[in-house]
Amino acid sequence: MGLISGGAFAVATLVKVLVFFTLMMLLVMLVTIVERKVAGFIQDRSGPNRVGPWGILQVIADGIKNIIKEETMPEQAIKPFFLLAPALAIIPATILFAVIPFASPMPTQWGLVEVIVADASIGFLYILAIASLGVYGVAMGGWASGSKYSLLGGLRGSAQMISYEVALALSLVPLVLLTGDVRAPEIVSMQQGFAAGPPTYAMWFVLPLLVGSFLFFISGLAETNRLPFDLPEAEAELITGYHTEYSAMKFSMFMIGEFAHVITTAALVVVFFLGGWDIPFWSGDNIRILSDGTVIGEPTWWKSLLTLGMFALKTGVVVVVFVWIRWTLPRFRYDQLMDIGWKFMLEAVTVYILVIAATILAIEATGLRIGVAYASILFVVNIVLAVLLFGVMDRGTLIRGAAKGRRYDVRHARNEGGSDAG
Amino acid sequence: MPGEVRVVARPESEGSYVRAAAKGMGITLKHMLNPRKKTQQYPDEKWELSPRLRGTHRMAVHEDGRAKCVACGLCPTVCPVNCIKLVPAEDENGERYAAIYEIDEFRCIFCGYCQEVCPVEAIHLGVHYENAEYTRERWVYDLERLCEQDHPVTALWDPSDPASQ
Repeated sequence: MGLISGGAFAVATLVKVLVFFTLMMLLVMLVTIVERKVAGFIQDRSGPNRVGPWGILQVIADGIKNIIKEETMPEQAIKPFFLLAPALAIIPATILFAVIPFASPMPTQWGLVEVIVADASIGFLYILAIASLGVYGVAMGGWASGSKYSLLGGLRGSAQMISYEVALALSLVPLVLLTGDVRAPEIVSMQQGFAAGPPTYAMWFVLPLLVGSFLFFISGLAETNRLPFDLPEAEAELITGYHTEYSAMKFSMFMIGEFAHVITTAALVVVFFLGGWDIPFWSGDNIRILSDGTVIGEPTWWKSLLTLGMFALKTGVVVVVFVWIRWTLPRFRYDQLMDIGWKFMLEAVTVYILVIAATILAIEATGLRIGVAYASILFVVNIVLAVLLFGVMDRGTLIRGAAKGRRYDVRHARNEGGSDAG
Repeated sequence: MPGEVRVVARPESEGSYVRAAAKGMGITLKHMLNPRKKTQQYPDEKWELSPRLRGTHRMAVHEDGRAKCVACGLCPTVCPVNCIKLVPAEDENGERYAAIYEIDEFRCIFCGYCQEVCPVEAIHLGVHYENAEYTRERWVYDLERLCEQDHPVTALWDPSDPASQ
């Protein structure tokens, strides 16, 4: 069965756009309830549980509330931009979904349909380009509100997102070194094992690129403005930062944008490092479409459903980790944020690219083909790097307190505190 | 030393962010998986209230439904925030009664002096706190409404019986 083409392709793409957009909005609603539930559980509360079973209808109640609430328009706001900003926040986060493969290709009577909205040849370069646009919503919302808090939030947001974009993009370079392709479906295939066709690694990239996935995850956290990187919002300092002046549905759109961004980032982590829709320890779902249209493996509709479920499960786990981190770690100080971005992440990722590239060169020099052994060597290198990173570097150097350069004896300082109280 | 920030530099072994973060994640995970929640499901489960809780008022009534109040005027006198409005009257038998008796529960500070000072044990504070209303006017309780209240009355503190038993 060949790939779908012609008019059927256009129809299939349209259907996919509609389905995945709807799915996205439903998922956003789901993530808001997951966020609040997990937040509750972490704080020994039960979270929202009044509306519907387990409070699942709380999102509907919130939606209705946000729609019928009064829309406020600050006097100082610059109207066109004030209205445009929520849209600019929500659009990039939503269209990022286009290049994520959700499941194995699905056979239909018109041909094989890839479960991805747009299998663009530029692959994740598109993601990096569009993700950068997210900063406009934040910066514009902050500036157009005509409020000091909003402006500060917007400025922080733009500075932060631009800083971490560098690390985000660079942390994907080792991935390209391994796969030789930027298309997401190809990246997923490279993590699966095949009996025929070009060689693959048959190992989730989280192992051969352990440190890289960590760096990508951290940059992703910063890109989505989630704690511990939620400086643009910073409730304690800036009310809620860039969306202080927004109310009702406009505020809601910022929130939808943020949650959509969280889902997308989680999905990207899954695609790049956790095998995408691959079901572990089972080779039946491994289906690969080569660039010339040859299909390796046997696509069936139930495999598509199973892999979709697997993808949803993995993404869900990553989203919960996002939430878990949010309710654990306190916000960084602004200088710490910039230090981590420019003095740690950038250096770490650059050195990492060099080390991985050198390792790949060395492996290629021994004549070893792409495969499990290849990836295992990289895994060992990554373990060494991780030990160096967390064991040696992370000794008061990664994130410093306010006491840079000043040294007091802790016990002495405590005694001082005691005498003060007396 | 007001205005001076004490800066404590910890030894480098204590300065690990990743390890501290991992420890914190462990703690939150423990709480996340803990099925015992501290939440009280409020309208379904309620607090056990102390018998001495001073809540909204209640007027004691005779068996025939008349308020016990004899309009002596002690409670509006003792009330520190002047929230009691009392207009006395006399019936054909020459007995005093309250023609108008209103308590502004918004103004009331629930000190309980009115209950303490009442010579006929007519006005009481009650063990009751759920009083949501849609208008402010509804918070001024008139005599009829005070008589209708059926929540338990507040137990006064008795020095010889500190536990109020």
